[in-house]
Amino acid sequence: MRRLGKIWTFIVYLFLYAPMIVLFVGSFNNGKDLSEFEGFTLANYADLFRDSHSLGLLLNSVILGLASAALATLLGTVAALGIHSLRGRIRSLVMTLTNIPLVNPEIVTGISLSLLFVFIGRYMLGTENILGFGTLLIAHVTFNLPYVILSVMPKLRQTDPSLMDAAQDLGCTPLKGFFKVLLPQLLPGIISGAIMAFTMSLDDFVISYFTYSSKFVTLPVEIYTYTRKQIPPMFYSMFTLMFFLILFVMIGMNIVQARDEDRRKKHIKA
Amino acid sequence: MSKELIRLVDCRMDFDGETVLDSINIYFNDSEFLTLLGPSGCGKTTTLRIIGGFLQPTSGDVLFDGVRINDVPPHKRRVNTVFQKYALFPHLNVFENIAFGLRIAKVPEAEIRERVAEMIGIVSLKGFEKRKPGQLSGGQQQRVAIARALVNRPKVLLLDEPLGALDLRLRKDMQNELKRIQQQLGITFIYVTHDQEEALAMSDTVVVMDRGRIQQIGTPEDIYNEPKNAFVADFIGESNILDGVMRADYVVEFFGRKFRCLDRGFAKDEPVDVVIRPEDVDIVPPDSGHLCGTVTSVTFKGVHYDTIVDFRGFKWLIQTTDLHQPGEYIGIKLTPNDIHVMKKSVYSGMFGDYSSYSAEYDEINDPDAVIGGEESPEEALNEE
Repeated sequence: MRRLGKIWTFIVYLFLYAPMIVLFVGSFNNGKDLSEFEGFTLANYADLFRDSHSLGLLLNSVILGLASAALATLLGTVAALGIHSLRGRIRSLVMTLTNIPLVNPEIVTGISLSLLFVFIGRYMLGTENILGFGTLLIAHVTFNLPYVILSVMPKLRQTDPSLMDAAQDLGCTPLKGFFKVLLPQLLPGIISGAIMAFTMSLDDFVISYFTYSSKFVTLPVEIYTYTRKQIPPMFYSMFTLMFFLILFVMIGMNIVQARDEDRRKKHIKA
Repeated sequence: MSKELIRLVDCRMDFDGETVLDSINIYFNDSEFLTLLGPSGCGKTTTLRIIGGFLQPTSGDVLFDGVRINDVPPHKRRVNTVFQKYALFPHLNVFENIAFGLRIAKVPEAEIRERVAEMIGIVSLKGFEKRKPGQLSGGQQQRVAIARALVNRPKVLLLDEPLGALDLRLRKDMQNELKRIQQQLGITFIYVTHDQEEALAMSDTVVVMDRGRIQQIGTPEDIYNEPKNAFVADFIGESNILDGVMRADYVVEFFGRKFRCLDRGFAKDEPVDVVIRPEDVDIVPPDSGHLCGTVTSVTFKGVHYDTIVDFRGFKWLIQTTDLHQPGEYIGIKLTPNDIHVMKKSVYSGMFGDYSSYSAEYDEINDPDAVIGGEESPEEALNEE
């Protein structure tokens, strides 16, 4: 029975990762097609690093990811502090409002944001092409915010409220006390919120599709236009690299969390 | 000898329309070990937080060296606090926790090292400098919290039930330790606890609080020997509290008998509360007792036996080193020294077992004789 369970688990994970394996193998394929392996080559990787257009798209996505993650982290952390200071009903109401965007279908978020931007552009700013990096950034911050709030809130709850009293007692102004004492306690939550926001932003297609303009195109949006044609094999190598990048980030995040967990366990024991 | 440092004038504190503190008037002297003692919800922690600056009184003044400091924020007060659950900074090691206040005050590095090392010596934590708070035992965390506060050389140290989380043995050790540190450094300690034994053992002055009011201020001896009302008598140690009537100065009547006592200044025939401490009562053979009763239960407490004696429906607690078996008929003897008379208060009737007072008690003896003789109270004292 136990062995059967193990085999089953293996099958499940094979199923989950089979597409990645195909992509990984395909990125080293010498042929034009994924259907046939025609020999090992690194040419796809070489093509990728020579193609400034594709690298530019990747750079756009990374810039957008970093900027939106940074903004969402800042705003989300401040919002979490505010929510934490609320009491009772109002607090649970605000937490529900935080959760709704998470389950809202992306296409709804995307279309409504697009309508909002066009409305603001047309009737308030008098312009027909408001869409661009700015609107993309606002859109990405919007859908990233809840993830940051949800990863900072538990840290705030775990922190002894008298720590801030102690900091002030020892001579800190409230602001200094926040940076010297409270922020270090929240840091693991803030970091994992930021990483999550970055990865969410990096692979977003649906919301970006409704809020971008040709002035600033991200990688997922561009790739979508390829789906009817043949995808150039160098993208297989790009995706493989991205997969490993995200994998390493996730491993890093897990290490941070595990260390934090460990510290807390020791604290409880003592 | 010592000058006044902090004074609370008519301090009142309301939370959501509920009065937590009601016109508190109190002063704290320099180099004094003062304890705010009371059950939970009595307002002692609120008082401490007002002194620390974490709360502002709804009305009334907080004076420090004669200057009103109601609006001075905590970080500008020359007061430091040891918090109930220590509130050590988890991300800093022991050294950096203790150095925190000095770093904020921008004290030079060399002096920081010197002062932290000195404090680490005082609280006996040598060798633990590099540990994080999570790697310390409760008692060690406690010491770090004390060192972290004291290293700033505050004029006043506020301690909010600092020993509450420790086990009994460690608590006793830390009590001595705290008293030693306070005497060594000569800093005013304002200590909050609900543990009366702790308060009596450590304090120069004890302030007993209940329901947001100060019930009594005095030395531990005063508080124990001369409680002001039934609440204090009951909260500090064990007490038998009886209904009595003050027949004249130095004469109180209870159980239908007149007893000589050391109290005066009451109106003639004023109803009073009479306190008799369980350890003051002498058990004697029934024929030589002032009052006689039957032992109903005995509990061994190590040093003594808690003996419950039924005086015809009124049960007393008596602490003796001799064992008296349940069912035994015994007498008790009271000297004027054993009897303490208090004015009636809102607490009368709430404590002590005197609701079941039995009028039949009158029959036992000649009700007019004054027990304890005609001698003056001073002489009675000298006999002890």
